[in-house]
Amino acid sequence: MANEKGTSETRLMKGNEALAEAAFRAGMQAYFGYPITPQSEVLEYLAAQAPNHPDVVILQAESELAAINMVHGAAGAGARSMISSSSPGISLMQECLSYMTCAQLPALIVNVQRGGPGLGTIYPSQGDYFQAVKGGGHGDYHLIVLAPASVQEMVDFVFDAFRLSEKYRNPAMILADGAIGQMMEKVTLPPAGSLPKTEAPWATTGKSHTHERNVITSLYIQAERMEKHNLILQAKYIQMQKEVRWEEIRTEDAAIVLVAFGLMSRICEKTVDLAREKGLKVGLLRPITLYPFPTNAIAKLAKSAKAFLTVEMNAGQMVEDVRLAVDGKRPVDFYGRMGGMIPSPEEVLVHVESIAEKLQAVPV
Amino acid sequence: MIRGTIIVATDICKACELCITACPQDCLEMSPNLNVKSYHYVQLKNDTCTGCVNCAIVCPDSAITVYRQVKTTPKGATV
Amino acid sequence: MEPVANIDGMELVYKKPHTLTDTPMHYCPGCSHGVVHKILMEVIDELGIQEETIGVAPVGCSVFAYEYMNIDMQEAAHGRASAVATGIKRVLPNKYVFSYQGDGDLAAIGTGETVHTVNRGENILMLFINNGIYGMTGGQMAPTSLIGMKTTTTPFGREASTMGNPLKITELLAQLPGAYFVTRHSVHNTAAVRKLKKAIAASFKYQKLNKGTCFIEVVSNCPSNWKMTPVESNEWLEKNMFPFYPLGDIKVPKS
Repeated sequence: MANEKGTSETRLMKGNEALAEAAFRAGMQAYFGYPITPQSEVLEYLAAQAPNHPDVVILQAESELAAINMVHGAAGAGARSMISSSSPGISLMQECLSYMTCAQLPALIVNVQRGGPGLGTIYPSQGDYFQAVKGGGHGDYHLIVLAPASVQEMVDFVFDAFRLSEKYRNPAMILADGAIGQMMEKVTLPPAGSLPKTEAPWATTGKSHTHERNVITSLYIQAERMEKHNLILQAKYIQMQKEVRWEEIRTEDAAIVLVAFGLMSRICEKTVDLAREKGLKVGLLRPITLYPFPTNAIAKLAKSAKAFLTVEMNAGQMVEDVRLAVDGKRPVDFYGRMGGMIPSPEEVLVHVESIAEKLQAVPV
Repeated sequence: MIRGTIIVATDICKACELCITACPQDCLEMSPNLNVKSYHYVQLKNDTCTGCVNCAIVCPDSAITVYRQVKTTPKGATV
Repeated sequence: MEPVANIDGMELVYKKPHTLTDTPMHYCPGCSHGVVHKILMEVIDELGIQEETIGVAPVGCSVFAYEYMNIDMQEAAHGRASAVATGIKRVLPNKYVFSYQGDGDLAAIGTGETVHTVNRGENILMLFINNGIYGMTGGQMAPTSLIGMKTTTTPFGREASTMGNPLKITELLAQLPGAYFVTRHSVHNTAAVRKLKKAIAASFKYQKLNKGTCFIEVVSNCPSNWKMTPVESNEWLEKNMFPFYPLGDIKVPKS
């Protein structure tokens, strides 16, 4: 099924396959991967479609470690490059992600999260939030992180992530989870060739006699130079803040604001409906970019709302960023499940109701 | 006997002496003087250099440039 | 700086290759790296492929190789140079790509990448500098340290029963169908340097044939960490390293 240039089409697709198809349409030039559940369909789909895309490099590496370093090489050579994996595999890549961020290489990293720690489980989780948004590897750096909540966003964010990573010369991550990777939904696929390639005059494609050689490195051994390079990176992170994206549902009059991302935000949408049916003024803020984080949007809601409840498929990770944003002005509660367990809307509602009771007991 | 000579970039010579070992004419020695990095540097000690380039080939710091007399045949053509 | 064309009626016959930068090298006196860098750049000069060659530097003493090689380069994480080189070559199949790695990088932490790069027959040149020791970190045991060799982590000498045997990774790689040209060289004297130069030149030419990986080991010295003068280190190399790591071609292309 070769996609026709210049046309978008609607299909029923699995999240991982939709992401892979989107990668072709977004002009991906090189993909390096390694099988791991629950994202193996990405490489399988790419491999099956490869004959229709003879110019795209698709390679199954001997490990995630090798695969991400191949991305380093390809991205450094100016190719729009991508890798996908799931939590344990992403852990293995952290060293190179630190190198790539320091060397300012654009690339798309996809993490279809599964439950951890350790070998954990193949069931969906959001346990890699800290790793994704706080750097993950050594040193001071960030990835640009987008959290899809639907199969459609698995498609759309491929384009967004490539665009942002090239704009800022920084790796960008799509932080999905096993459920979004595995579920099937209707998707609209944008036309191929709709994402123009950013010029990469810094790439190692062979030194031209008209310019100095290009060197891709993350090594600045003198302390003064290393600090100077860090300041360049930090200035970039400040610039990136304007790319922040979030979504608010019924927050205008909400006394209790749920904060959830990815799959969990879809579940919390249902909780909002259930709560509203019971007459409770509940809303939802869903960070779409996890880095940059919608700190200001949450801070703004802290003025009108009375309490926050962060809901995650982990032991409480994003809740720390929500608390920083709320800055002690309102109570921020947390509810989460771990190890591949997914909270139901009703389960979340129980916590919403207990917060509502507490709010009534304390006059505000 | 072909005549040759070398120019040593004395500031980058590190006094490893590998060139002295490589020289078939035994025409190199370490200078008693020091360069900016406090290394003794190599120098010609006599005029027996033939410009064979052995010293330059084994020099890890590419500090030696070699010159050689143009070989002439009896007819005077250069080779 | 360009040297003058002739002096006193004598003409210029040997100069530093122009693809080698003027940056003074950080290597210790007598270190083989400088010679290998120079010869590699000489070949690139002579083949006229400076603008078509991309190199990958490792972690180790030669981590700064890109300071000296006036070509486009990437600096890889420890052990991953051949994976990075794979990424480059796959997206730029018409360019010349080489990786440059030491023994710790290529034959310890990066063994997986090394074996699989050669096994896939990536059309690159892998240059492997084997001096049997970790130079940059101060002389610890390497996978290729000889039995009995004293290093900072084998102060009483390497002993096979607890520390394993020195790894002849070059012979191992020659077994792989993806290996096209596998050879072992040194730079301890002029003749050896000339042979290495021929091997490097052949490897770049083979790269255009798309027949597989060219792998060149250079048995090298480490005067500082072997605690010898450079001249003594080359003598030690001949006496101790060559019997275990014999020089010569291990796998040559079928003509």
